[in-house]
Amino acid sequence: MDDTNPPLVEMTRISKEFPGVKALDGVDFTLHRGEVHVLFGENGAGKSTLISILSGLYRPTSGSLRIDGEEVDLRSVHDAAKYGIGTVFQEFSLIPTLRVFENVYLGREIKRGPLTDRRAMVEGARTLFRDLGFEIDIRRRVSTLSRAEQQMVEIAKVFLAKAQVLILDEPTASLTEKETRKLFAFIAKAKADGVGIIYISHRIQEFREIADNISVLRDGRLIGTVSARDTSEKALVELMTGRAIDQIYPEIGRQPDGRTLMTLRQMHGAGFHGVDIDVRAGEVLGIAGLVGSGKSRIWRSVLGLQPIRAGVVTLNGRDVTHAATRHMLRGGVYYLPPDRKSEGLQLAATARENIKLSLLGRADMAGRFGIVAPRRIKALADKIGERVGIASGHMGRIVSKLSGGNQQKVLFGKGFGEERDIYIFDEPTVGVDMGTRAALYRLIKEIAEAGKAVVVISSDLPEVMNLAHRLLVFSKGRVSAELTGTEIAEENVLKHFFAETGIQS
Amino acid sequence: MTIQSSRTGDTGAPRGPAILLAAIKAVFLRVGVLPFFLVFSLIVFSLISSQFLSIQNLTNVARQSVYLVLVSLGQMLVLITAGFDLSVGTAIAMTSVVSALAMVALAPLMPDMIWLAILLGAGAGLGAALLIGCLNGLGIAQFDVSPFIMTLGVQSVGAGIALFLTGGVPVAGLPYDFGNFFGFGRVLGVPVPVMIALLAIIAIWLVMNRTKLGSHIYAVGGNVRAANLSGVNTKRVLFLAYVLCALLASLAGLLLTARVESGESNLGGTIALESIAACVIGGVSLRGGLGRVENVVLGAFFIVLLKNGMNIAQIGSYMQMVLLGSLLVLAVILDQFRYRMLVGES
Repeated sequence: MDDTNPPLVEMTRISKEFPGVKALDGVDFTLHRGEVHVLFGENGAGKSTLISILSGLYRPTSGSLRIDGEEVDLRSVHDAAKYGIGTVFQEFSLIPTLRVFENVYLGREIKRGPLTDRRAMVEGARTLFRDLGFEIDIRRRVSTLSRAEQQMVEIAKVFLAKAQVLILDEPTASLTEKETRKLFAFIAKAKADGVGIIYISHRIQEFREIADNISVLRDGRLIGTVSARDTSEKALVELMTGRAIDQIYPEIGRQPDGRTLMTLRQMHGAGFHGVDIDVRAGEVLGIAGLVGSGKSRIWRSVLGLQPIRAGVVTLNGRDVTHAATRHMLRGGVYYLPPDRKSEGLQLAATARENIKLSLLGRADMAGRFGIVAPRRIKALADKIGERVGIASGHMGRIVSKLSGGNQQKVLFGKGFGEERDIYIFDEPTVGVDMGTRAALYRLIKEIAEAGKAVVVISSDLPEVMNLAHRLLVFSKGRVSAELTGTEIAEENVLKHFFAETGIQS
Repeated sequence: MTIQSSRTGDTGAPRGPAILLAAIKAVFLRVGVLPFFLVFSLIVFSLISSQFLSIQNLTNVARQSVYLVLVSLGQMLVLITAGFDLSVGTAIAMTSVVSALAMVALAPLMPDMIWLAILLGAGAGLGAALLIGCLNGLGIAQFDVSPFIMTLGVQSVGAGIALFLTGGVPVAGLPYDFGNFFGFGRVLGVPVPVMIALLAIIAIWLVMNRTKLGSHIYAVGGNVRAANLSGVNTKRVLFLAYVLCALLASLAGLLLTARVESGESNLGGTIALESIAACVIGGVSLRGGLGRVENVVLGAFFIVLLKNGMNIAQIGSYMQMVLLGSLLVLAVILDQFRYRMLVGES
């Protein structure tokens, strides 16, 4: 069959050079109708560049691109859409202040005479969402939707343009298990309809379930295309990294000294109700749950980033309920926000300057008259950079130009400036490749084994299960289970994801 | 070895221009448009008139640029926090009117202590500007009013008060020593206004590069949420930026008052635009988080130099307004390019 029908997408010997960097080097890639093809590789391996070429953002330096056997030259995203190529990027292109159907029809408004036909667009969007199986009120404003729902809107937008090639860039990075299920069901349906799907993800567990073929990229080269059915996870990781990773998750020694550093009692706020938590020294406390379960928001309220309606927070025995963010930080808490670009980093500043910012409060960094000592600060910032594994050449570079993994290392580095007792990591490895993940996990291990309290909040279930000594599962704003040791097993955790009430054991 | 040397020989021809282009790009990324504007105008004006580059003219420009330098330093502080201040002109007018009125009222009461009267008068002027700065800071930091609306509103309020206090008539009869020292005096051969501007430049440079407050100002403008999560008291920083801005404008207002030897409510009419232009041309990004003191000083110097050059070239003052406005917009457009190249996204 495939011999007679040309493939849907055929990319031949594609190379792409940026000033000073060869991002892609002679890559071949083929996609057939009804195929789910995974692109796999570390950050910077060339996955994003490849899909950017296919979606019309970049033009290749050399190589050819055929769609349905016809050689094409894509000059813009608009061009690519004409050939039925639709891309859902990690960063969404939705207007938060507009309603769902307005977003879906943005740029493709149905008109009646000189005016837009709102009724027709509402109807069209409703039909589209029903066909796709998305249960979202199309009249809601996008700003009120969860991230998963926004992603569905983004997918719907692509399908309105009659996509025959659907590119999904890390679609499950911020989705919960349940939402991921929905997405996979949708992918199966689209596949049955003959849509070709290119799927980028770091989550190997997902591949067996949805993928037909997997192409592994490393350093801009295609290492190989393998069938998803007969390739083990271990083999994939070795293909990706070019080395065997025996263990991504380190064994973290638990050394509780009996001290409870922080207590949350009967906490109520937007997204959580009646939550009690103890944070203990020398222990990694894992927090799992769906997006919207309150697992992240409760810590944001502890940090003073959103209001606490009722409840008491104590830090080292002191009542710090309603304390301002900076007072919590000064009290020895480090908080790593889940979105490094919007909350974590000074994007136009260098990696070194980002780390420096966390050092200014230190007494030993202050000279006379409130004038800081620049050399001492620089030396310390560089030492911290070394500790978290940032190459010294990267310290002076603008942080937005660094890879996601390096940006995350900078964010970790900001936690090492001052002596802290409690480290709260909200999604510590989101969008970070395997190699960097392993490095970040080792840092978490160091912190915990030094007797600090560590809280890891994560939507990545294997991550939080493997790191945690004690795991709290959140469901609908309450703690639905507290698991320790061997109780921390996947079925056990998932069971509590949808619990209606508080702890029942 | 031989292969390599022949290859470098091949690429030798286009290397010169390529290096030049790379150098231009590097300068543009580091400093902004200023060096290019400066070189361009220096060439043009020195071709038009031979006296343009004379020591006497340049000294003159330096002395005239003191006022704009001071205001631009303040403007820079708030621009780096990703805001701006349209009320700097009002701060100058209020300072001028209030300090003049105070001096005129106090001088007859203490004829033997004329310097005390001057000091108190200057203090009253600074106090008036402090009020304006606090008002801006309070609205923007505490109540989240956009800097545009807040400072536009305060600009009108201040201008109204200054006119009300004087009835629109200049306040004359200032103590002779005030104008003589702060307007025309010299210390160690350096004009007093230049001396004060130099001290202010050094002080602000230290604040921005060597103090916590300076780093926090950059951080708040670069990413206010990240700054908050780094333990920065973002409201306090914003507030202080507007207060400092008003005080620097006020200092310029005092020196201007001494220069014209009367309290005038129309001083500083065009300075908001000029100071923003000086900052943007000096590489301060309107998106906040970027900007260097020394470049802003050069930017302000450039604007005064440009006006001076245009005067020498006998370009009318109306046409000068057209050129200055266009230059500001051009600088902002180039700033957008620069920011995109630096941060790598739109």
